Amino acid sequence: MNAALDDAIKQETHSLSSWIMSRPAFWVFLAAVIACLVLTALTDTFATPQNLFNVTRNFAFVAIIALGMTVVIISGGIDLSVGSTLCLSAMVLAIVMNAGFGLATGTVAALAASLLVGAINGFLIAYIRIPAFVVTLGMLSLARSIAMVLSNNRMIYQFGPDEKALFWLGGGSTLGIANPVIALVILAIITGLILKWTRWGTWVFAIGSNQHAALLTGIPVRRLKVSVYMFSSLMAGIAGVLEAGWLGGVTTNLGQSMELSVIAATVIGGANLMGGAGTVFGAVIGAALIEVIRNSLTLLGISSFWQGAFVGSFIILAVAFDRLRADPELED
Amino acid sequence: MAILSLSGISKNFGAIQALDGVSLELNSGEVLGLMGDNGAGKSTLVKIIAGNFKPTRGTITIDGQEVELHRPVDARNQGVEIVYQDLALCDNLSAAVNVFLGRELTKGVGPFKVMDYAAMNARAGELFRDLRSETRPRDMVRAMSGGQRQAVAIARTRLAQAKILLMDEPTAAISVRQVAEVLNLIRELKRQNLAVILISHRMPDVFAVADRIAVLRRGRKVADRPTASTSPEEITGLITGAIESL
Ligand SMILES: Nc1ncnc2c1ncn2[C@@H]1O[C@H](COP(=O)(O)OP(=O)(O)OP(=O)(O)O)[C@@H](O)[C@H]1O
Ligand SMILES: [Mg+2]
Repeated sequence: MNAALDDAIKQETHSLSSWIMSRPAFWVFLAAVIACLVLTALTDTFATPQNLFNVTRNFAFVAIIALGMTVVIISGGIDLSVGSTLCLSAMVLAIVMNAGFGLATGTVAALAASLLVGAINGFLIAYIRIPAFVVTLGMLSLARSIAMVLSNNRMIYQFGPDEKALFWLGGGSTLGIANPVIALVILAIITGLILKWTRWGTWVFAIGSNQHAALLTGIPVRRLKVSVYMFSSLMAGIAGVLEAGWLGGVTTNLGQSMELSVIAATVIGGANLMGGAGTVFGAVIGAALIEVIRNSLTLLGISSFWQGAFVGSFIILAVAFDRLRADPELED
Repeated sequence: MAILSLSGISKNFGAIQALDGVSLELNSGEVLGLMGDNGAGKSTLVKIIAGNFKPTRGTITIDGQEVELHRPVDARNQGVEIVYQDLALCDNLSAAVNVFLGRELTKGVGPFKVMDYAAMNARAGELFRDLRSETRPRDMVRAMSGGQRQAVAIARTRLAQAKILLMDEPTAAISVRQVAEVLNLIRELKRQNLAVILISHRMPDVFAVADRIAVLRRGRKVADRPTASTSPEEITGLITGAIESL
């Protein structure tokens, strides 16, 4: 009787640990933790409050956008326009605040512009059925161009009466934690809850897994897709507002090629580019790992030219790992 | 009076005419076997009844009322349930979530509604038990056998009180024992006064449960006879075209 119970417990814990180990995000998490421990041992500059503050703040922007990207990738799509959307959002905010309006007005305008970008992306993808890659590649070019036109390609560094509030929002901290990191935590929790506990979240997984089935069972696939791209743009827009506050100025090259870091973070975190799989935790950890790598190269005095090599290897490793685990039957 | 009546249903996909003037009547408590060669138009016909396609021409009457089915939900609201030929399952979702896909159970107040996984798992578990299937509600569909997948697809149709059940090859991928279960289920549904359309290539299955057999050939209905007054040989001839029509 007791033996049977022991067995059952052993089985239970065994399946729990094997479940954890089967998560791609777990291994990335482990890699990040090991990297942090090694850095703490090798340098006395890593584990300082100031450096940790900087590291967490730096990856918060990428991680916030990666939340949106995770949802898009789970749905079987891709959004290459996030870097440009971030730039457009920051620029709209800067122009509105520069004209004397408050932070709230500026933020609403910036997020509205971002949502519009997402709505256009989603409409073209869902209703006109242009591949997401093509639509968002076009939007990558278009949104940044609009930001240039709106600002006449100037740098804006005066934000009117609410300037201090904006700088605090993006550059300040609360209880010793950078405000963008707090925003990230809140947004990550919300995104995680939405994905797991709402019909919307379930449907996102459903269309990424089998769009045809989703359609047959009566899920409003097209409207759902539009909302998915709007969600992604909204995250990029929020990151844009925060980053404008941190930098204290907005130029039209803000967020350039950021989509690559974001997609890298998402994929390292275990999202499947074929759709149907991905986690919020993975996306955040993926973004953290990239930043830790970047930071460690600086601290260890290794040329920053190596950064791309490390990040690139991690992308390929993460996916290779997942593949080898997922389809052992394909070995020959 | 017939629960379902199709009149002059045609369907074109571009240049392909999948259905050409098909008329059909179905009564409650009746099982209709729908047979025909590959590409004859069987799946297209049931998908029209399930609201997946709109017919190019023709009318659908359910319970004496002419209906326009624009979306699958419209058909569901009319009491039509369907098991799709490809089962229409999402591999990365659990069996229970697949059963409830598109009509998930939620709990909560106002706009704050969350998925009620406990209730869905419990209800799905009951449905699987009724189907005598060893399918666990929480398991991912990805890892399931053909029979378990079929059980998930069939369990879906048992959620609501259906009046008309459409089954597109429900026995294609399952074991002998499970085929017997599905056929028993069809008999049970018949006793509960449902109208069933069973599409199958398996002659013995159709002859075992169908009251009537209709044959489609290249989009046209070429025969519609009581099972008792026909034979597997005759039906085979009708399917292949060796017998022109009856
Ligand atoms: N969505 C679609 N678009 C274009 N053509 C289609 C579509 N669906 C079906 N068809 C065509 O309509 C015809 C009838 O197909 P249908 O799937 O109804 O056949 P079936 O009788 O179910 O065949 P099977 O026994 O192989 O399942 C075929 O020629 C098929 O190619
Ligand atoms: Mg078919």
